[in-house]
Amino acid sequence: MSDAPWLPLLAVGSALGPGVIIAFLAEHRHRLRTALNLAAAGVQLAVVVALVAVVAAGRTPEARIPFVLGMEILFHADALSLLLAGLSAVLWLLTTVYAIGYLEDAPHRSRFFGFFSLCVSATLGVALAGNLFTFFVFYELLTLATYPLVVHRGTREARRAGQVYLGYTLAGGMAFLIGLVWLHHLVGGPVTFTPGGVVEADMAPAAALVAIFALLVGGAGVKAALVPLHGWLPIAMVAPAPVSALLHAVAVVKAGAFGILRVVLDVFGLDTAAALGVLPVLAALAATTIVYGSVRALFQDYLKRRLAYSTVSQVSYITLGAALGGSVALVGGLAHLVHQGLMKITLFFCAGTFAETRGIHRVSEMAGIGRRMPWTTSAFTVGALGMIGVPPTAGFITKWYLGLGGLEIGADWVVAVLVASSLLNAAYFLPIVYTAWFRPWRGGPEPMDGIGRPAWRGEAPWLLLVPPVVTALLALGLGLLAEMPLSALDWARRISHQEFGAWSL
Amino acid sequence: MAAAIWPVVVPLALALAAFLWPRGTRLLAGIGSAAVVAAVAALAARVAAGGPLRYAVGGWPAPAGITLAVDGLGTVFLAVTALVGVALTVYAMRYFRPEAGAPASAEGSFWPLWWGLWAGLNGLFVTGDAFNAYVALEIVGLTAVALVALARQADAVRAALRYLLVSLVGSLLFLLGVALLYGRFGVLDLGLLAGLMVAGPLPAVALAVMTAGLVLKTALFPLHFWLPPAHGQAPAPVSAALSALVIKAGLYLLLRFWFGVFEPLDRVAGTWLLAGLGAVAVVWGSFQALAAERLKLLVAYSTVAQVGYLFLAFPLLADPATAVLGREAVLYLALAHALAKAAAFMAAGTLLWAVGTDRIDDLHNVLPSFPLTTAAFALAGVSLIGLPPTGGFVGKWMLLEGMIAAGSWAGPAVVAVGTFLAAGYVFRVLVQAFRAEGEPGELRPVHRRPGPALEWSALALALAALGMGFLAPVLEPVLGAAGAAI
Amino acid sequence: MTLTALPLALAGAALFGLGVHALLVRPSMLRKVLAVNVAGTGVFLLLVAGAQRGDSPPDPVPHALVLTGIVVAVSATALALALIRRLQAPGPGRGGDV
Repeated sequence: MSDAPWLPLLAVGSALGPGVIIAFLAEHRHRLRTALNLAAAGVQLAVVVALVAVVAAGRTPEARIPFVLGMEILFHADALSLLLAGLSAVLWLLTTVYAIGYLEDAPHRSRFFGFFSLCVSATLGVALAGNLFTFFVFYELLTLATYPLVVHRGTREARRAGQVYLGYTLAGGMAFLIGLVWLHHLVGGPVTFTPGGVVEADMAPAAALVAIFALLVGGAGVKAALVPLHGWLPIAMVAPAPVSALLHAVAVVKAGAFGILRVVLDVFGLDTAAALGVLPVLAALAATTIVYGSVRALFQDYLKRRLAYSTVSQVSYITLGAALGGSVALVGGLAHLVHQGLMKITLFFCAGTFAETRGIHRVSEMAGIGRRMPWTTSAFTVGALGMIGVPPTAGFITKWYLGLGGLEIGADWVVAVLVASSLLNAAYFLPIVYTAWFRPWRGGPEPMDGIGRPAWRGEAPWLLLVPPVVTALLALGLGLLAEMPLSALDWARRISHQEFGAWSL
Repeated sequence: MAAAIWPVVVPLALALAAFLWPRGTRLLAGIGSAAVVAAVAALAARVAAGGPLRYAVGGWPAPAGITLAVDGLGTVFLAVTALVGVALTVYAMRYFRPEAGAPASAEGSFWPLWWGLWAGLNGLFVTGDAFNAYVALEIVGLTAVALVALARQADAVRAALRYLLVSLVGSLLFLLGVALLYGRFGVLDLGLLAGLMVAGPLPAVALAVMTAGLVLKTALFPLHFWLPPAHGQAPAPVSAALSALVIKAGLYLLLRFWFGVFEPLDRVAGTWLLAGLGAVAVVWGSFQALAAERLKLLVAYSTVAQVGYLFLAFPLLADPATAVLGREAVLYLALAHALAKAAAFMAAGTLLWAVGTDRIDDLHNVLPSFPLTTAAFALAGVSLIGLPPTGGFVGKWMLLEGMIAAGSWAGPAVVAVGTFLAAGYVFRVLVQAFRAEGEPGELRPVHRRPGPALEWSALALALAALGMGFLAPVLEPVLGAAGAAI
Repeated sequence: MTLTALPLALAGAALFGLGVHALLVRPSMLRKVLAVNVAGTGVFLLLVAGAQRGDSPPDPVPHALVLTGIVVAVSATALALALIRRLQAPGPGRGGDV
């Protein structure tokens, strides 16, 4: 039903409008800019909360804008949309706060925040897309909007990183487009997301359907950092920390994973995908990525790079959850979309804080930082423990469900992969935690706040401090309170129920 | 009826006026462009309301006289020419304004030629007679060559001379085709010709010869060699007009003849040949653009590549199953390209005009000073690449859909590669807009500040290219109807 | 086209071919311009040949076309020569550089 069309439109537009205004503001109007930023983030959060309430009550707000030749822009808020939309809205607000603190006195802030808002708008568009065409439009917009943020610093390294990023994402986009047009042609009209899928195995020769699947998943897989399409992610770490945090730990990679979810669940449908035999391949790729990413992370001394490879590994949990084809596994994968976002952004926030306040970029430089910056390091620790999957963090919930899901369909190797991954995670996170808390402080400059006064007791300025603490608490909360309604887990179960028609666990 | 004549007569009168009254060119430019737009709008309204229009010039009906025939296709081309023409007029008014203390600039020569070019283009789009088309082609060609030569450097004159010879050969080939057709059928009127046409060796030869000439004028690989020097060396507004409009003149005639007049012929093989050349053009042009050292040369090679896309659609037009899609694809691509390419050349020209150089390696010292112009180039570039939500994307979608419907896999592959390469050369420029703090080297000194006339006209066209995407639901029926006329 | 016009037509075709050939082969700009003129004349001959219509008086339309074509050719040649002159003796930059 096409009710409350203004809700989805407002969600997408609430970032777009202010973004355009902010981009044209003069550099020095930082108060107006800050006000606009926070207001827009607040409005969007409110709209998304409203959407959550509406969808939880069983309605599906929809907005439709006809286009040409069988394409139409369709916004459709269902449970899966809100999983990503909710994550984006909450994290946008927190990241805006963080970015304001991080980029204090940096040049080109208007340009930065303008494109930042555009990115969020694009992510909301991806989340609320109701058909494959709309998804594609906003997916490409996301590419275009994130590029200036990657290149923001303007250094040679940043420019090169931008070219690599663009190369990967545009190639993926082209593959996706060809798959999309082909599917449009086969279906004879818009490819609307429908639980259970739109494509039937008898619509076309299996080879054609598999090719389309490969094009679509491959295209989305670039952003989802699926091996071997992950190469851009570590290179994009040259971007400023707020960018790495929100975009490359959350928005961009989640958009990719979200795309894979939509293609598998709502375009092809799990039964058609299983019939075509593509699910095992996808699962294998996901498992490979999980292990490969963790192995590469072991050898990185630069903190952000280690976190980047960790992201490569962790995002594939989502893909694995979908590719296993069982309802329990799906719940795990879906919940991880939110859980991983919260935990990873905490880690990136802290990494950025360490770098910005104390010039710490490498793990080896982190000795004793826990004594000087206890709050930030605690947040980091919670995030790290979540990645490893220690209860009661949210990460544990995910691994539990994925493991159970694997056992449910008889794929015992999943448990092995999960155990291996947890061990590897421990291997590259625990040393950091140990170094931070238990090694002697190596000495170094004290952080100053924006006006040159020593910050509060050596900790980060509150703009950089509060966001990671909040996200760490949320990550803990989603683990402890996972059984409560409206938690990520509950929401994931809702989606799985829609897909399978039965409550699972 | 007479509405058809005004879009040609008004610019001709302006050309004469500009020639006789050099001091008033700017006043003429302002009023004149408005007048031409009004004439085109009036004609468009007539065609929209009453259907295709026929007008016998001087009251002499065909086959003795020359008939003007305006249908949806012609109107659409007229409209885009008018839109780009206005923007370029505004741009040129500033670009060629004589500087205080400098000797009289090329301004005096520019305006009569510009109006002449516009008159020729409009004449081409309203003509219903094959020989009249030849004359219009020649007017367009000669004025274009003279405009290229306005840039007085020896390189530009050489490029203009080469362009002239190429243009003449192209027109002669076209005329040869017309001569063969007249010899066989005894009529010149396009409508009558279409009625009398039969398949046979002579019509096939005529089509081949005319195509050779028109392909030369549209710069399809491998007959594109003249374009990069000419478009690269000419003054910016001229390059914009050439790439955006003059190239489309050749395309327009090709569409009219291939899919209108010569319909009874079996054109499948021919269209595949053209599409093959188009595919090579896409790849070749893009690679050359990636390697170009100067911005205007990059944009010129981009034209070579984009022309290739237009010819990729030709096999679709020859097959009734995909003809509708093919027509819309060609129109969308051609028109979006006109807007975006004009904007790109205007932006490049602004930079050259303001700073004195357009070397791409140097752009990181230039672009940060010109945010509006950079934005115009960025938007135009996004349309050229074909990303949503621009007009270029819609055209590309239609092209892909047609290709997939036709069962081709090579086509989408070429389109994908072309898009990727286009992104390469566009972002090669755009990445330079990001300048690091404390980067060595200084920003290039700005000799003259480009005013709104230069920056906003480019931005307006770039936004129009973007708008073609957003307004697709409104535009598509119009272009569909226009396409039906092919 | 009648049989008597055939030699004219063939001559026209030959001239066209010769002209195009010379255009491609001759390096001198002046000769290229002349070559284009020769090719043009070839096409005009073809047109005139097409004007012959058996017993009836010749068709005037192609003659009109040829006249128009000659005018166009003259203008084009004039432009070409002006450009060649400019190339050979660049003036003292009369106009502002654009």
